[in-house]
Amino acid sequence: MSELRDLYNDVILGHTKKPRNYGPLEDATAVSVGYNPLCGDKFVVRLKVEDDRIVDIKFEGDGCSISKASASVMTETLKGKTIEEAKALGVTFRDLATGKLDGMDQLADLGKMAVFAGVSEFPVRVKCATLAWHTVDAALAGKDEVSTE
Amino acid sequence: MKPAAAASAYDVEAVRADFPILQREVNGKPLVYLDNAASTQRPDAVVDAVSTFYRTSNSNVHRGVHRLSQEATKQFEDARRTMAGFLGADEREIVFTRGTTEAINLVANAYGNANVRAGDEVVITWMEHHANIVPWQMLCERTGATLKVVPIHDDGTLDMEAFASLLTERTKVVAVGHISNALGTINPIRDIASMAHDAGAVLVVDGAQGAPHGHVDVRELGADFYALSGHKMYGPTGIGVLYGNKALLDAMPPWQGGGDMIRLVTFEKTTYNDAPFRFEAGTPNIAGAIGLAAAATYLQELGIDGIAGHEADLMAYGTRRLGEIEGLRFTGTAPHKAGVLAFVLEGVHPHDIGTILDSEGVAVRTGHHCAQPVMERFGVPATTRASIGIYNTRAEIDALVDALAKVREVFA
Repeated sequence: MSELRDLYNDVILGHTKKPRNYGPLEDATAVSVGYNPLCGDKFVVRLKVEDDRIVDIKFEGDGCSISKASASVMTETLKGKTIEEAKALGVTFRDLATGKLDGMDQLADLGKMAVFAGVSEFPVRVKCATLAWHTVDAALAGKDEVSTE
Repeated sequence: MKPAAAASAYDVEAVRADFPILQREVNGKPLVYLDNAASTQRPDAVVDAVSTFYRTSNSNVHRGVHRLSQEATKQFEDARRTMAGFLGADEREIVFTRGTTEAINLVANAYGNANVRAGDEVVITWMEHHANIVPWQMLCERTGATLKVVPIHDDGTLDMEAFASLLTERTKVVAVGHISNALGTINPIRDIASMAHDAGAVLVVDGAQGAPHGHVDVRELGADFYALSGHKMYGPTGIGVLYGNKALLDAMPPWQGGGDMIRLVTFEKTTYNDAPFRFEAGTPNIAGAIGLAAAATYLQELGIDGIAGHEADLMAYGTRRLGEIEGLRFTGTAPHKAGVLAFVLEGVHPHDIGTILDSEGVAVRTGHHCAQPVMERFGVPATTRASIGIYNTRAEIDALVDALAKVREVFA
């Protein structure tokens, strides 16, 4: 049960119930749709990029608690970051979700994203947590959709 | 699916003792295995049959004159006879395949390519598993035929009026599941067979979920083809059966070419073996067939009526207990169901339910169950599916209900 509480911690459950930056983004400059065919998750991530900086980011869609909370925390984390910073954060997040981070320093750098550390104990849920991040990568690369399968 | 005759005599604890895997724990809790529609467990009788073959008679079939090959051939052909008996068919009507999927692909190719032309129609239903959709789509793409889909009612039963209206003189194949893996609906195969035959079409039945849950007599059902998978009826993976009506099989050209399916090969011309061997190119899954026959024999010795009665009791109990949970909505409420209790829980995604249930030792399937059109029809991205088998108990249904209470706790 303790591993389960690590996964479904209060921060994650809070973002599931009240996702931040949820909804349309009228003047988006990049958009992509992320699918997880295994569980039917589907999220649209829209970004507004100015001078290589993400000035706004929003998401919409439906998915499990982990994927929705991850998308929510991601939008909070990425707003105001440069594209280069965003890509680096994406790599760090994927390392976190797959249990590749061990140093506490790295965890400290993650800020709120660290609440997803428990995902690494649930290998089948890693794709849920990383779906939104893959979708941002795709949007920044000019791909209009991405699938985790 | 005949009603239970001897349900009271059914000894579920004795059945459980035949399945050693049921003794294991998951996350410190006793395993509650409710994912039988995806794959059942295997009794000792099946594991022993497979291992005994490998230990004592392993060899190739249909070729060697040596003793082991003779023994392997006899056991393999005995397995064919057992499966013929299980389905009420003749042994020459039993083709061993890798499973239901390969069996349906065999029909779509060997029968379909020879008999379906541009302008013809293939009728399937909205509740089919992808294995009974995609091979027919591919056939239609190859031939220029049209795929027609019978809609379903809100309770998950087939719209039989719509089915009748879709049947025309252009209909060459009707392909339908015996029992829906996503909804549990038992389809009225006899009625469907006579309607299909009146239209001049053949009926292909996806029996993956039908074979484990009750009597299957292909002649009584009126099925021209009936496909099943070993691993969904307590047998090994990688083995299945295609029953094909003898006259149809005899008239069908082969599908895959290779050894065993030929009579004489020269570079100028090859003559093919008779059915069913014509459809079994290459060395078959010999041990798998022997294991599958052991599973069929095991089910027959337990008593198919007793099994059906036990499972009907679990379905009724599960429907009642789950129905008491606030915010739970069943997908599939047909009056005649077997094996499957699929549902959605308001406010909680099935994937989260699956993870929390697993932490309680309860194994269910979450997702689209290889039936995405069904999910679309019910307006859900995915469902949670508890599917029952011969060894499940009311106490395990209770464990599922308790684990769902944990889900509510986490997402309170």
